[in-house]
Amino acid sequence: MAEKSWLQDFPQMERGDLIAIRKTLDGAYRDFSREFGDTIEAFFDPLLTFLVWFEQLLLQTPWWLVLAVIVGLVWLASRSWKLTAGITVAMLAIGYFGMWDNTMRTLSMITVCTFMAILLGIPIGIIMARSNRAQSVITPVLDVMQTMPAFVYLIPVVMLLGIGKVPGLIAVIIYAIPPVIRLTNLGIRLVDKEVLEAATAYGASSTQRLFGVQLPLAMPTIMAGINQTIMMALAMVVIASMIGVKGLGQPVLKSITNQYFTLGLLNGLAIVALAIMFDRVSQAWAKRSQKHLGGAGHA
Amino acid sequence: MLDQNNELIAIRNLYKVFGRKPEQAMTKVKAGVGKDELLAEHDHTLGLKDINLTINKGEIFVIMGLSGSGKSTLIRHFNRLIDPTEGQILVDGVDVMSLGKKDLEQFRRHKMSMVFQRFGLMPHRSVIENVSYGLAVQGVKKKERLEKAAQWLETVGLKGYEEQYPSQLSGGQQQRVGLARALCTDAEILLMDEAFSALDPLIRSEMQDQLIELQDKLHKTIVFITHDLDEALRLGDRIAILKDGELVQVGKPEEILLQPATDYVEAFVKDVNRARALTVETVMQPPVSRITATTIGEALEQMKKLPEDYGYYVNDDGYQGVVLRETLEKAFAEDADAEVDASVWEPLDAISADAVLETVIPETLETEYHLPVVDEDGELQGELSRSALVEVLGDTTTSEAA
Ligand SMILES: Nc1ncnc2c1ncn2[C@@H]1O[C@H](COP(=O)(O)OP(=O)(O)OP(=O)(O)O)[C@@H](O)[C@H]1O
Ligand SMILES: [Mg+2]
Repeated sequence: MAEKSWLQDFPQMERGDLIAIRKTLDGAYRDFSREFGDTIEAFFDPLLTFLVWFEQLLLQTPWWLVLAVIVGLVWLASRSWKLTAGITVAMLAIGYFGMWDNTMRTLSMITVCTFMAILLGIPIGIIMARSNRAQSVITPVLDVMQTMPAFVYLIPVVMLLGIGKVPGLIAVIIYAIPPVIRLTNLGIRLVDKEVLEAATAYGASSTQRLFGVQLPLAMPTIMAGINQTIMMALAMVVIASMIGVKGLGQPVLKSITNQYFTLGLLNGLAIVALAIMFDRVSQAWAKRSQKHLGGAGHA
Repeated sequence: MLDQNNELIAIRNLYKVFGRKPEQAMTKVKAGVGKDELLAEHDHTLGLKDINLTINKGEIFVIMGLSGSGKSTLIRHFNRLIDPTEGQILVDGVDVMSLGKKDLEQFRRHKMSMVFQRFGLMPHRSVIENVSYGLAVQGVKKKERLEKAAQWLETVGLKGYEEQYPSQLSGGQQQRVGLARALCTDAEILLMDEAFSALDPLIRSEMQDQLIELQDKLHKTIVFITHDLDEALRLGDRIAILKDGELVQVGKPEEILLQPATDYVEAFVKDVNRARALTVETVMQPPVSRITATTIGEALEQMKKLPEDYGYYVNDDGYQGVVLRETLEKAFAEDADAEVDASVWEPLDAISADAVLETVIPETLETEYHLPVVDEDGELQGELSRSALVEVLGDTTTSEAA
């Protein structure tokens, strides 16, 4: 009978075996996290300290000073009155609707995540651009990272580090880092061959080529990657709130479970406001600082 | 001219095969498999095949060929932007292939500089930063390199554009920046890969003039690539012709024009306006009709040995004019021992050996004598007959010459 039914039903592995596999893997991982969890946590300690410090800085500083600094930065980066005015109004509204503290928490989270993603992502992108083998190894990893439902890799992170800021941070970084890596790689690979050849012909070393030619010319593309990374980090903030990341994500989560539409909407809009701020400001800044490139850097 | 000691670059048995397994393909190439077959059946591209050439100090060496003939591939071997599959590249006696990474960088910094077809300027650097790039790579102090760059910018006629960016300049201006950048490192050898091909004809001939002018001052060794024969003839001291990765002919411009080595070269040079490409020197005959005697009697003796009834009178001051047998005989009847003087010869303007044929066509039509050819010092160098001129201009330019 068993010989026939495989035509009808997919021949499955014995349930017992599957459970055994799951148990072994989970058990092994649990042992691993019990063994090394503390070490790994200690490793991330400086990051946590920095994150807490930055969050406290934003929270403890009087709101008007923070607002002034944000508005000042927006102006410096974009030099656009319209954008600056829009951001000011949005931030005032956020404060008025009582979301200031959560916004600051999210802001600090995003800032630190982006910072970390850039710090890790650009070097990885550079390695990918330099070696075809590295590219062929890293690309599928990035594909998995981007398609794997975010909840799935929350699990091992939580198993390893528990609930809190650092696991949240790591989850957000894993989720948001692929665009910086991909676009750094792409940007460097797209640098005009003749320009690079010129640098080589004049005896530039590979470091001189990287910092003098490749990175500056890839900058518009890298900036686009950073921009996407920020957007993805913002999107992930809501999911990360499930593992205890405080900020705008938590009220959203609460709204879902309790069906508070207005609360959800308001916090959602606050996230949108942050997103627009990061997006427009980084784009305006990129455009201004690269006005000479005008596409000429790429073949 | 082809002085052995003067040799600066030597390429020996150079092969380049592009593809995944060039060494395997090499055996096929050596067995005589051609470029097309190699690509079709073995999926490898034959870039260069058995190239041998030497380039001398101070010359403009032009490499010419159609698109895909391997010109860029060849020139990139000189500074090892491309590594050969097999063969030797010697620059100033140094085997470039033996250089390690650091030595290769030093070699590129000081020995050669390069000008690119699409300029290869860095769009994120200002004009003066681009020009001084070579020095920056060498680690020269900022003040010093900017001063030098400013000088070269002035030389190429771009003073005042220092702070502009490449995207703000026209094509011709951008290539001037490229040229200034190449000159700024004081490298002995200048590699120019279709440096003027992207420019429109007027700017192009302007740039050619500028290059010739600069070369008169600087005496660099220039390797110039072009697919334009007129440009090659105009600039080149010697020209190499590439076809499908093989060297077909190397020679002086007139050798290429007048003694094409293969049908391919002949077809290549067929449409050239020879009247514009060749100088008098290349078609003149040796000066047989030379009369140098001081007395009429001796002069008449010399005249009798000449093929024609006239000769060119030459004394210590060089060429003077044309002497007719008739005049000499008359003078001889009067006084055989009299000195030859201005009353004996008739003025006949000599033409310069460097003159382009086109410019002397009117003179050859005006007189029935062969035209005397003189050098810069007024010394008789040869003579140019109308028939020789017609023969050279021959079938290709008869309509224009008429
Ligand atoms: N990196 C490469 N990989 C594979 N084939 C190449 C490569 N570079 C050049 N080739 C091949 O080598 C041959 C010579 O190319 P090359 O660029 O030297 O031609 P060229 O004479 O400079 O032509 P053009 O006038 O179009 O610049 C061509 O058939 C080309 O396809
Ligand atoms: Mg080429």
